[in-house]
Amino acid sequence: MAAVTPLLLLLLLSSAPSFSSGSRNAYNINGRVKIPQGLGLGTKGYALPGRMSNVKVLLNGGQNITFLRPDGYFSFHNIPAGTHLIEVSAIGYFFSPVRVDVSARTPGKVQAALTENRKGLSELVLEPLREEQYYEIREPFSIMSLLKSPMGLMVGFMLAVAFLMPKLVENMDLEEMRRAQEEMRSQGVPSLSSLLPGGAMN
Amino acid sequence: MAIRSFFLFILFFSSSLSPVFSLYEDQVGLMDWHQQYIGKVKQAVFSSQRAGRKRVVVSTEENVIASLDLRHGEIFWRHLLGADDVIDGIDIGLGKYVITLSSGGSILRSWNLPDGQMVWESSLQGPKHSKSFLLVPTNLKFDKDNVLVVFSNGRLHAISCIDGEVLWKKDFEAESFEVQQVIQPPGSDLIYVVGFAASYQFEMYQINAKNGELLKHESASFSSGFSGEVSLVSTETVVALDSTGSILLTISFQDGKISSQQTPISNLVEDSLGPAVIIPSSVSGIFAIKTDAVTVFIRVIGEGKLEVVEKTTHEIAVSDALSISEDQQAFALIQHASSEIHLTVKLAHDWDGNLLKESVKMDRQRGLVHKVFINNYIRTDRSYGFRVLIVMEDHSLLLLQQGEIVWSREDGLASIIDVTTSELPVERNGVSVAKVEHNLFEWLKGHMLKLKGTLMLASPEDMAAIQSMRLKSSEKSKMTRDHNGFRKLLIVLTRAGKLFALHTGDGRIVWSHLLRSLHKSEACQSPIGLNLYQWQVPHHHAMDENPSVLVVSRCGPSSDTPGVLSFVDTYTGKELSSLSLDHAVVQVIPLPYTDSTEQRLHLLINADKHAHLYPKTSEALSIFKREFLNIYWYSVEDQNGIIKGHALKCKCTGEVADEFCFDTRDLWSVVFPSESEKIVATVTRKLNEVVHTQAKVVADQDVMYKYISRNLLFVATVAPKGSGEIGSVTPEESWLVAYLIDTVTGRILHRVTHHGSQGPVHAVFSENWVVYHYFNLRAHRYEMSVIEIYDQSRADNIDVWKLVLGKHNLTSPISLFSRPEVITKSQSYFFTHSLKAIAVTSTAKGITSKQLLLGTIGDQVLALDKRFLDPRRTVNPTQAEKEEGIIPLTDSLPIIPQSYVTHALRVEGLRGIITVPAKLESTTLVFAHGVDLFFTQLAPSRTYDSLTEDFSYALLLITIVALVAAIFVTWRLSERKELQEKWR
Repeated sequence: MAAVTPLLLLLLLSSAPSFSSGSRNAYNINGRVKIPQGLGLGTKGYALPGRMSNVKVLLNGGQNITFLRPDGYFSFHNIPAGTHLIEVSAIGYFFSPVRVDVSARTPGKVQAALTENRKGLSELVLEPLREEQYYEIREPFSIMSLLKSPMGLMVGFMLAVAFLMPKLVENMDLEEMRRAQEEMRSQGVPSLSSLLPGGAMN
Repeated sequence: MAIRSFFLFILFFSSSLSPVFSLYEDQVGLMDWHQQYIGKVKQAVFSSQRAGRKRVVVSTEENVIASLDLRHGEIFWRHLLGADDVIDGIDIGLGKYVITLSSGGSILRSWNLPDGQMVWESSLQGPKHSKSFLLVPTNLKFDKDNVLVVFSNGRLHAISCIDGEVLWKKDFEAESFEVQQVIQPPGSDLIYVVGFAASYQFEMYQINAKNGELLKHESASFSSGFSGEVSLVSTETVVALDSTGSILLTISFQDGKISSQQTPISNLVEDSLGPAVIIPSSVSGIFAIKTDAVTVFIRVIGEGKLEVVEKTTHEIAVSDALSISEDQQAFALIQHASSEIHLTVKLAHDWDGNLLKESVKMDRQRGLVHKVFINNYIRTDRSYGFRVLIVMEDHSLLLLQQGEIVWSREDGLASIIDVTTSELPVERNGVSVAKVEHNLFEWLKGHMLKLKGTLMLASPEDMAAIQSMRLKSSEKSKMTRDHNGFRKLLIVLTRAGKLFALHTGDGRIVWSHLLRSLHKSEACQSPIGLNLYQWQVPHHHAMDENPSVLVVSRCGPSSDTPGVLSFVDTYTGKELSSLSLDHAVVQVIPLPYTDSTEQRLHLLINADKHAHLYPKTSEALSIFKREFLNIYWYSVEDQNGIIKGHALKCKCTGEVADEFCFDTRDLWSVVFPSESEKIVATVTRKLNEVVHTQAKVVADQDVMYKYISRNLLFVATVAPKGSGEIGSVTPEESWLVAYLIDTVTGRILHRVTHHGSQGPVHAVFSENWVVYHYFNLRAHRYEMSVIEIYDQSRADNIDVWKLVLGKHNLTSPISLFSRPEVITKSQSYFFTHSLKAIAVTSTAKGITSKQLLLGTIGDQVLALDKRFLDPRRTVNPTQAEKEEGIIPLTDSLPIIPQSYVTHALRVEGLRGIITVPAKLESTTLVFAHGVDLFFTQLAPSRTYDSLTEDFSYALLLITIVALVAAIFVTWRLSERKELQEKWR
């Protein structure tokens, strides 16, 4: 691989006709995966060890798999002309698949586009669209979350009934209240105190 | 009760808003487990670094390259190469780079030994296909740069170890030249390439290692020809066998001159042995030949003279040579003796003197030793110690040192063929139950700690205590059945022919059994395990019987070789019985009938389309006769593009009059035109799937009836041109056709064409819908489509008057022979990733909503709510539809990172996803396997029927206490107020 010099890598899609017999129209796809440093590492609080070494680059749904060099460059060898799909698998990042056209007529020309948002790429540098956070973040303790919990709602409801209802009754018109009390008495609704064992002693 | 329903309401309310599957980071490992494997080791290289941790680098048959800790067998790092990227050779260069040659010698990679980062990658081409060799000479230098010598594809390369650049290359283009060995004698600048030409000519090339210049080319012809491999006995001598396998040829090419000697094997070994093969080894001066029964070790003394040193009938395994000093080479030899293995380490030039002789007890379930790798270390008294790494028949990897097994790895689990589940024994009085909560105080203390955790008052030590308490919970790994059905046994069949039972609680191996029926034997040359079936699942009757599984295997790779059945008890792992069949097994159909001992009836179809009934009992036969006319099945011939329907005809007529053999007849066939369609996927519903209701209430109180039939088959075909890889066709010449076929009548219920699409197609069928994943060439994106099928004949039943007057057809029998009135609805969406597997959750009663489990190309499992794949989605759903839970239509399916079932883990080399319902309706068990194993519990609609694991009982107690206190206070107040009222 004398052809793999940094200069050619920068051209990113050096498609020199391969020197092997029988596969005259085989090309190489060279590109680079760039994960912005510092993105998330400190802020989100979980760093996966050996991140770069666990990144895989897959061509056409796993037909070819390659890995990244320390500087993030990768290459696929002996690829026939046509339209291909490159996917990047990296835990913690979401990469869009990339459509790459390898043309037999115009060797060396880059035709790449992200399939997620149809954005064209002038050079085959793949960057994650976003980070992926696999875990829910535990909310810090707050009174609101306690109140929102089923138990909190229950307590709140009870308190509301216990303290707000009498207030409502107080604000009622005296006549109306008497009428309501009459009604209640006629229906025989027991008061709270008579319900409890101690209430019977009255 | 009211509180409970209130509670449910709250849960339902909260579940409709956030992603359904989500996990906090501290919940990892509570309900899931993850195991990492590498597969059967092909080659191992020990790192000879003096400092740092001792490690061994291995390549495996699963195309994994891994660095293992030599002390404990743990994985430091690991890479799984592509499926076609088979590893041909590995070695360590400069003490810090792992060099791998793969893909038939066309890709050379270098990895950093400490962390597994790839350093460089080179593509090597050549004029023709050939064997490939990777040599890492230690003393060959080229401008201070170590040189790798690679022979691949008929070309010899010298490659720089630092950056992978090709220094020189030399072609061997002679048409018939077949390379056999590439030799680089240490201490010289020469490379020898030896091989055969035209099968009777021996060729030797001597090449200058500095520049690739051809120094000498000699050839000699041998009229008797060659067969098999050659063994290198010294740097300038090889031993080969003639074409009859009875004469040994010792060929030496010292100083570029070829001289040879022929020795008939019968001269060395008295009794004739039949044709022999050479076992390749790299031990200098010694080689081994093997016939059917005997292994013979032969030493080469001087001028091509041969001498037998040992003859053994035991199974034997030999390691490669290990140089321990300037001129001494050692190698390891392992012999089997009943339940032990004998390890001997010998010096190459001194057969009778043993450096080491040890016996190690070996579990019989591991089978024979397949490979041995030897490594030495220096003891404290400065003598040599040896450790050996052995690969067993069941693909496990063990390290032996000082007569003991230091560690072992069950790497057979990296190649699972089939999975089934079994219940655990019921908890009886006699069965001891692990003490879960010791006493009330401990229990309360635990919950107080938890409460502290929820209130964020806990100190770091408390947090650690909570975490370990949660992970340790002995409840989940008990060996008895639990109320919720979370604890089960996963029975897995591996490629090595071994059955494992894994506990779902913590993933430990409960038992393992190397199937005797899958052992190589006279009758069965290369047995292959095929499938697992649940043979006996006792639940109503026969409760005292243990459940058992049926393992179906066959004797060779082609489908017409005879089959073997074995029956294994799932509680003990004992092989109850095994049957060598006299017929092949092409298809196994588990029938929905069981006999009085709850053995399931199975129909085995052989290559001549005869059906054989198992178990062969008269009871099974009488049950079977009753249902004789109701049994239909189909077969798919994907080469010819034909799908056929079959039924039973009569008893077998012909040579064997067997009561349990039946003739079959073809009912229908669907022939796809071979010039335009090729079958790529066929999917049916799972046999044991439960559907809760046929009715589906849609907006405006309308009802739709799902068309639910067990006999629906989904078939996907693509244009023959488009069956290759992505990028090989243009959208115009590629299409994908999806069919829904009734397998009893062969009627095509639905057909849809996706123009400009191609495979691979992954599909899953459940209830009345099918979801499939394929590639859209026009958009150049993956797409997922859903087809739902509804029964129209029942659509008028919604009229209440008809129900009252009894004019409905709900009770009328359904026959598949009557023309079904069905309508289908379908919709397509974009999906980002390639898929490796697809599955759907299944629950005990089928009430819980479904989730699709997508095994993505990144080896993760994503849970996607079925509601996203609902053909009734519209861009602007009406208010009624919104209430029903219809999500506004978007062009692509969302990927929510929190809904990755595997969270931050990878199931490396994912191959399959299996879902099993738990007894608890809300929960389903998910097992994903590949090179790694992953297991978890999923609740697609949240656990609405039980409290979650992190439910705080302490908080509940406090609330109750507070409520009681409040009651007493209000009672007091109320009493006082009443008193005042009375005084007034």
